[in-house]
Amino acid sequence: MKVTAEDALHIAQLARLRFSPEELEVLRQQMESLLSHFSQVSELDTTGIPPTSGVLPLVNVMREDIARPSLTVEDVLRNAPDREGDCFRIPAILEEE
Amino acid sequence: MRSPTIGLEVHVQLNTASKMFCSCPVEFGAGPNSRVCPVCLALPGALPVLNRQAVESAFTVALALHCQIQSFSQFHRKNYFYPDLPKGYQISQYDVPFSRNGYLMVETEQSNRRIGIIRVHMEEDTAKMLHGRSITEHATTSLVDFNRSGVPLLEIVSAPDITSAEEASAYLTELRAILRTLGISSGNMEEGALRCDVNISLDAGTRAEVKNINSFRSVRKALEYEIERQNALLDQGEPVVQETRHFKESSGITVSGRTKEEAEDYRYFPEPDLVPLEITPQWIDAVHQRLPELPEERRRRLGEMGLFPAEAATIANAPELARFFDKCLLVVRTDNYVIVSRTGINPDSAITVSPFTANAKEIANWLLSDILKYLNESDLTIDQTKLTPIGLVAMIQQNKDGRISKTKAKELVTAALQGKVMQVGEKGILTNFPLDQDKFDEFLEHKTATVTATIAAIGSMGLTQISDPETIRGWVQEVLAQNPKEQDAYRLGKDTLFGFFVGQAMKRSGGKANPELLNRIVREELGK
Amino acid sequence: MNPLLRRPAHEILPMLSRGELSCRELMEISLDWVSQTEGRIHSFLTQDGERALAKASALDQRRAKGEMPGPLFGLPVAVKDNLATKGLRTTCGSRILEDFVPPYSATVIERLEQGGAVLLGKTNCDEFAMGSSTENSAFFPTRNPWDLERVPGGSSGGSAAAVASGQAFLSLGTDTGGSVRQPASFCGLCGFKPTYGRVSRYGLIAFASSLDQVGAFARNVRDCALLLETIAGHDPLDSTSLNEPVPPYLRELENNPGSLRIGFASDWLAMGLAPEVERTFHRALDTLRGLGFAIESISLPHSHYALPTYYLIAPAEASANLARFDGIRYGLRVPGENLKDLYQATRGQGFGAEVKRRIMLGTYALSAGYRDAFYLKAQQVRTLIRRDFEQAFGAVDLIAVPTAPSTAFRLGEKVDDPLAMYMADLFTIPISLAGLPSLSLPMGVEGGLPVGLQLVGPALAESHILQAAWRFEQATGLHDLVPPLAEVPRA
Repeated sequence: MKVTAEDALHIAQLARLRFSPEELEVLRQQMESLLSHFSQVSELDTTGIPPTSGVLPLVNVMREDIARPSLTVEDVLRNAPDREGDCFRIPAILEEE
Repeated sequence: MRSPTIGLEVHVQLNTASKMFCSCPVEFGAGPNSRVCPVCLALPGALPVLNRQAVESAFTVALALHCQIQSFSQFHRKNYFYPDLPKGYQISQYDVPFSRNGYLMVETEQSNRRIGIIRVHMEEDTAKMLHGRSITEHATTSLVDFNRSGVPLLEIVSAPDITSAEEASAYLTELRAILRTLGISSGNMEEGALRCDVNISLDAGTRAEVKNINSFRSVRKALEYEIERQNALLDQGEPVVQETRHFKESSGITVSGRTKEEAEDYRYFPEPDLVPLEITPQWIDAVHQRLPELPEERRRRLGEMGLFPAEAATIANAPELARFFDKCLLVVRTDNYVIVSRTGINPDSAITVSPFTANAKEIANWLLSDILKYLNESDLTIDQTKLTPIGLVAMIQQNKDGRISKTKAKELVTAALQGKVMQVGEKGILTNFPLDQDKFDEFLEHKTATVTATIAAIGSMGLTQISDPETIRGWVQEVLAQNPKEQDAYRLGKDTLFGFFVGQAMKRSGGKANPELLNRIVREELGK
Repeated sequence: MNPLLRRPAHEILPMLSRGELSCRELMEISLDWVSQTEGRIHSFLTQDGERALAKASALDQRRAKGEMPGPLFGLPVAVKDNLATKGLRTTCGSRILEDFVPPYSATVIERLEQGGAVLLGKTNCDEFAMGSSTENSAFFPTRNPWDLERVPGGSSGGSAAAVASGQAFLSLGTDTGGSVRQPASFCGLCGFKPTYGRVSRYGLIAFASSLDQVGAFARNVRDCALLLETIAGHDPLDSTSLNEPVPPYLRELENNPGSLRIGFASDWLAMGLAPEVERTFHRALDTLRGLGFAIESISLPHSHYALPTYYLIAPAEASANLARFDGIRYGLRVPGENLKDLYQATRGQGFGAEVKRRIMLGTYALSAGYRDAFYLKAQQVRTLIRRDFEQAFGAVDLIAVPTAPSTAFRLGEKVDDPLAMYMADLFTIPISLAGLPSLSLPMGVEGGLPVGLQLVGPALAESHILQAAWRFEQATGLHDLVPPLAEVPRA
């Protein structure tokens, strides 16, 4: 199978990753070879085989609707790269007014 | 005329005690980032655990919307990047929502139609973003508060069966009435408890999506604008672009949203941190049992009692009002409730007992006039006032018996709403004016041993209309005795003085005299 | 090296709780050894010596007052740096979390501490647990105490090296595709990956949610059983946590497991074993036979699809799990002109090459047009692999397989070939896909390097595995192994 440069760029954008053109080319090649290898799975006939969404026999795991104390505001913001008052601060988002 | 095809996508915040996937309190107005934990902040290593109450509330909505609840359901991750989405994915539902294929009956003046509901599913809310202050003239910032992150949401997707802006409005109104009756959400768009996006096309052509609609009125305006805009385009032979538009509250128009460089690919896959839901018929039945009477049924019932459709709708769609109404009816039907009143000022004077006889129509009239006006003006629900069902029914009775005038009764009701009158106690005795306690207790022993007394402050407010002829006659006679010249003048033909005597006697009674009776007695005394 | 540090935990613990040895004294000895050896091994990313000493003293005081000691009372332990520790830096071996200090601790950490264990520090690992050699740590590689030019395995290399070298008595790692078992094999330890759901994942910084499990490192089976028992059990904060009661692994350890049938799968083994591993494995089967276990041939027909299946599913889940590292709320933020810039620069700079490669793979596998062919297909093949094991466990009670195709390889040997690196997990990955419990323990030392054997069981068969393993280790004597490094006399 082929992975084009556009494919690689598109995926990088979806994943919010940044690569230099050289890095992206290396990745493109690696992805192409790895995915070609991994697409072996298509050899198998899996008609009627349910996909595993989890290996557990569990269903209906829920908790009671009881409120418990949250973290302190200071703990919430302790690792914040940038803050203003009690909020996290980020570069402006272009909002609809 | 091109026919509109409209679909609505509604998000409802559930008023559970804790969030969808963690135990943080669902609380509005708390200081920023004070209702946040590792889970809803998406700290590394945190894991979601599903809120049972949110699931059952979701079931009640689906049942009220006649949906089929699926026996197997799963959560999925919806992956995209945005600062208000801390995990970089939203836990939502994708191809196995817990309910599908319902409907809502929506009535407008022109029609009563069945609008399909494609699905109802559960998901979590995002954080709130606010404008920060400008750092420089060109660099501004945004601020993020995660209190809202993780609040339980229901997404309700209608089929594109809606055919007019009016019908869309009616759909939302009915939906909100249901949500409020179920008690799972305020359904208030201004508070963000209910959010609505619309899809609209003309003649089944290309559709546009409109977001950022913040009130019921705006839904209607947005749709009306879109119909106009799309018609104009098509009239000119131009195509309608498939896009997302934003509604501008201030100008009432929709504008094209930011063009995205590429369509978002959400890469849905089943949420591996949660296990599936196996929804048994027994579980559904248990939830079904707990469903209250829904607005549609309620409107029908009220209609059968003689209320006009508009009256029935206003009461039925407001759950607190409907409950109050039903309690009033209950008061009337119960033998315990009576009014005890004296026929005279003298503590020894006879006591009359009158049962409550107000009917549905009378109660409705009272609720829908002054009371509703007061509620709307003060932005309260009837539960938030001091008026009690017994109090209202008793006041209606007082008026029906002629003991207080309509005007005075209205004043009384307003005073009662504000808590300025003491109303009757549990067992429903209302007295005309202050009684001698011993005599009253004696009366109670003989007449209604099971009833306890509450002395109404009505007497002390002086609002009770005096209808006792002897009392009124006393006042009139006093007035006449004190105004001999005017009496002579009247007898000599000055008819206008009649009003003078009535006025003076009314003044002496402190405004309490029953006007009709007073008139009659003045005429009688003057005729002597 | 102080000989106390060579003793099994199960011999040291009674000394501590009886007061023959003070917690403080033992901690000082451990910290001293750490400082002597760290320059060569580099097990730790963050050491917490001061606090450890203070805690050790506090424990001594409590014992003096007659308080009941917990099962790990006073024991110096280490934990992998992808487990959240409150107030103590947690990096996952990544620059993107270089300065991150969690405000909460993982459930397993709390259980360790409630048990009386004292944390020496956080150990090195491949970045976000992605790797098989610990060479993908953004900071530095850890070295194998058996040969400092070789890798300790990965991704839990630091935790393995710490225990193998005597720096810690026990440690916790995490295992997604073999990251506890393979380092255990390379470092001559017991490394247990429990049944998926047996141990809480709350606070385990996720790599692949449907595969990750916290695992236990020890130098012998009994110590391993003790550690497992302490951390296992239901956690209401983890929806994927099993509600089954935890059997008393320690008490049951010497119980006779009966004549267990142990299977081995030739088709699986045919995928490539270094000769020394093959040799040792057959010797191990003989030993097991000698212990009265029946050795039988079984088939796991889909084993050679396990690697591609894993490398489609795990990166897919990882691509979503790592989306939260966006520079908004914690961790590295590289400033940008706008939001998109901020995201790309932060993640571009903060993540290493292997992590980025896996995120790309995973995003691709889930992307529109490929999701069915890759992700969904892989999940179906996973079902087939699980069924292979279910079928096999209808015929046998345990499965024996080497842990890794080779002994520890040299640093730098596989870094340039991702696929070659992935192949190191051939014998651990299928078990992870099926969510089954597996213990790796030494079955030989070849050319001065340990070789590991896996004993795999059906779900919740931890006790059987431990019982068989204990008997095996008694027969081979291959426990409490001492690598050459640990024989270096103290200065």
